[in-house]
Amino acid sequence: MAKKKTDTEEKLNQENTKEKKTKKKQYRNRELWIITYLFVLLMFAVIGNEIYFVYAKSETAINNSYNPRQELLASKNVRGKILTADGEVLAQTVRGDDGNEKRVYPYGSLFSHVVGYSTKGKTGVEYLGNIALLTSNASINEKIQNELSAQKNIGDNVVTTLDLSLQQAAYDALGVYDGAIIVTEPSTGRILAMVSKPDFDPNEIAEIWDEVTNEEGNSILLNRATQGLYPPGSTYKIVTALAYYRQNGGDISSYHYQCGGSFTYEGHRINCYHGSAHGRVGFRESFEKSCNSSFANIGVSLDLTGLMTTNEDLLFNQSLGLPYSTAKGSYVLGTNATSYDVMQTSIGQGKTQVSPLQLNMITCAIANEGVVMTPYLIDSIQNYNGSTVKQYRPEVYASIMTEDEAAFLTDMMSGVVESGTAKGLRGQSYTAAGKTGSAEYSENKEDSHAWFTGFAPVDDPQICVTIIVEGAGSGGEYAVPMAKRLFDVYFSK
Amino acid sequence: MALIISDLSKYVIAIFMAIFTYESFAAFRGKDETRKEGIYTRQIICMFIVHFVSFAAICLETGDLSYIIFYGFQQILLFSVIALFRVIYRNSNKLLLNNMCMLLSIGFVMLTRLHFDRAVRQFKIAAVSLLVCMFIPYLIKKFRFLDKFTWLYGLLGALALSVVLVLGAVTNGSKISYTIAGFSFQPSEFVKILFVFFTAGMFSKSKDFLQVCITTLIAALHVIILVISRDLGSALIFFVVYVVMVFVATKNYIYFILGIGAGCGAGIIASKLFSHVQVRLEAWTDPWTHIDGSGYQITQSLFAIGTGGWFGMGLYQGNPTSIPYVEEDFIFSAIAEELGVFFSICLVLVCVSCFIAFMSVAMHLKDDFYRLIATGLAIVYIFQIFLTIGGGTRLIPLTGVTLPLVSYGGSSVLTSLIIFCVIQGLYGIQVEEGESHGKKENRY
Repeated sequence: MAKKKTDTEEKLNQENTKEKKTKKKQYRNRELWIITYLFVLLMFAVIGNEIYFVYAKSETAINNSYNPRQELLASKNVRGKILTADGEVLAQTVRGDDGNEKRVYPYGSLFSHVVGYSTKGKTGVEYLGNIALLTSNASINEKIQNELSAQKNIGDNVVTTLDLSLQQAAYDALGVYDGAIIVTEPSTGRILAMVSKPDFDPNEIAEIWDEVTNEEGNSILLNRATQGLYPPGSTYKIVTALAYYRQNGGDISSYHYQCGGSFTYEGHRINCYHGSAHGRVGFRESFEKSCNSSFANIGVSLDLTGLMTTNEDLLFNQSLGLPYSTAKGSYVLGTNATSYDVMQTSIGQGKTQVSPLQLNMITCAIANEGVVMTPYLIDSIQNYNGSTVKQYRPEVYASIMTEDEAAFLTDMMSGVVESGTAKGLRGQSYTAAGKTGSAEYSENKEDSHAWFTGFAPVDDPQICVTIIVEGAGSGGEYAVPMAKRLFDVYFSK
Repeated sequence: MALIISDLSKYVIAIFMAIFTYESFAAFRGKDETRKEGIYTRQIICMFIVHFVSFAAICLETGDLSYIIFYGFQQILLFSVIALFRVIYRNSNKLLLNNMCMLLSIGFVMLTRLHFDRAVRQFKIAAVSLLVCMFIPYLIKKFRFLDKFTWLYGLLGALALSVVLVLGAVTNGSKISYTIAGFSFQPSEFVKILFVFFTAGMFSKSKDFLQVCITTLIAALHVIILVISRDLGSALIFFVVYVVMVFVATKNYIYFILGIGAGCGAGIIASKLFSHVQVRLEAWTDPWTHIDGSGYQITQSLFAIGTGGWFGMGLYQGNPTSIPYVEEDFIFSAIAEELGVFFSICLVLVCVSCFIAFMSVAMHLKDDFYRLIATGLAIVYIFQIFLTIGGGTRLIPLTGVTLPLVSYGGSSVLTSLIIFCVIQGLYGIQVEEGESHGKKENRY
């Protein structure tokens, strides 16, 4: 009995020392464990960073003219086609009798800027989809056959979001004028049409290259829809109205103004368009009639810090950060600005500048409960047999105003169509909302760019249109009828 | 036809590399010796397949059968290393042996594809180095008085670095190499090992404050000489190795935190003071706007990795030679481009497996001197990998150091082989210590 007890005790003792030993050992090696974990962690950071780069960043990173692998891909694969959403061919590579490849654009100048060109640098979709166009996802079987017969593989097709009939309508609507039209789907950000004039025929880019690049300002190649900067004119009253709405906690009913055709404040004077007197107007009428005097009056009542914040919310003074070249909208009114500058700015004159794309994004936010979707041009990548390799999904760009603010601006813009400067859109099979603008750009007060930005239908916005017609005249007279043609085409489908 | 083979080969290579990598971690689990023998055998088979398929693709792609002969020599070298080690040393760490050979063979494949003459040169250096290094584990076990020469290591190291500073040739604005009898040496590579021996020797004698001060002074001397030589990558490695070794030796967290703080401070001062540091920082933060200048290297590296994608372009299908110094500093990007990002991640993991094996040897050693050597060499190894791969993937600024055993460079490959063989020797000591205590644990 006694022996057994000592046995157990001994065993217990042994276990104790064993435990102590392992504990001691762990303790002895604690620093080594810390170091091991630390450096293993560092190496996992390296791996994580590499995976992140390949997964999220590499697609845009490798599409660079400094990447010599593009030529490598081009020597192995025939550049794929660019298609509209319906499969119409916008660009394709054909092999001539001499065996040389030639890039052909069946619609010529119709898609000049948005589809772009692939020789002499790459622009438009030719740039955006460059790597996909140069990559072949043909079947293995076929690749083997091509390899055996020393043929190039056929590159993948890029299916765009573009719509042929809308693009044609926009192109025709702009007619002989210089300017830009951009048509998007506010709920997704799909770009349905994008026109910029003056235009060029990408089929002849090599022939006209010297001529267009030697030209002063190089403006034919510029895509005015994304890179053009214009004074926003009265379309900027959207921003002024939002700033006022925010400053006054949503109360606009108490605002009244007696318009006699001009507004004078601290010795400075602002005239209404063509000097017309609007009489006694509330906030709504001021917006609908686009009353400059009333808006200058609103402007001088605004807190300039708040106005700056609203501008920054609405994407001014920032790079849009999209994968294609875009111009940065600018708003420069500091808190110590003179009252003249404030008055000018609040009616969209002054130094403020905006690109049609940015204005379109603001309009899309209004149409889409305050949320801007990232505007995109490539819907999917297909192999040349038409099976989808990669599908792009709509992405939220930013929420730039509240749902309530979007509803307020929708209501205001709906009024512009029903009883204001965009009456040309009234009484159609669809309802529309929008804002016109006539932006003065020279000393001669008669010259102005015609603006319209708006969407339809009001209850369930499906398309959003932004139009600038350079030097045409008033927005109501020139831009609104163009918008009508586009809406008509879209809703007659 | 060749395209199909290289297209298919890259998947075969990736699969067997993945199995090898898996086994290199499976080997850490459990103590069953027969199971582990199985793991090592499978690793050798995977290594053989990866090496063979790569060279098959190279031969088909180039249509040049002379590569077969080169392949034969490599195969003989790798297998005799594995066989000899196993025969001569009863207690060799077979995982480290396999990993070492795998990394060497990946280096041979990639160098052959990039620059045949350099690959042959690298092979010769590796073969001679391996022959010499084969004796290192024996020497380590035999000469138990290596800690007696502590000051010699320190002075020899500082002297070698100073000689380069005064007489060395300038490459890329850094003085790093010195030519003796037609051979160009990079002393900073070898001095890393001397430095680890020095620091280990100092701290195995005493860990009091005075000793730390004296050692820090000598360590700082090394780092400063390297900074003046503009060899910033090596300076950083010496610094980090020293901070870690002080921490492990003294178990004092304050030294560790002070060390990291001093490092950050020195980094900030250096970035303000030296224009070549600023250029590298600029290339790191915004390579795209400096793409035709300081950002050229890193953007070309990113193009390579990005264009290669998950499974790579296949051997000879990419354009890795567009990266300046691809064989030395950007071999990882070339591997990622042609063999794929997936393969390259496996490669990093194999390196991590080596590091863990190094640290495990350190943990099981009883003698302080040996423990510190194992720790120091482990850090020399893994931190250099962190610098070169982290630099090539733009996690950190470029420092221009090589990927041990894979990159081109005689000094680099010899130094790496010495490190691996010293660890093998320490492993032998560790196993014998274990056996003398009647324990059979920790054998892999």
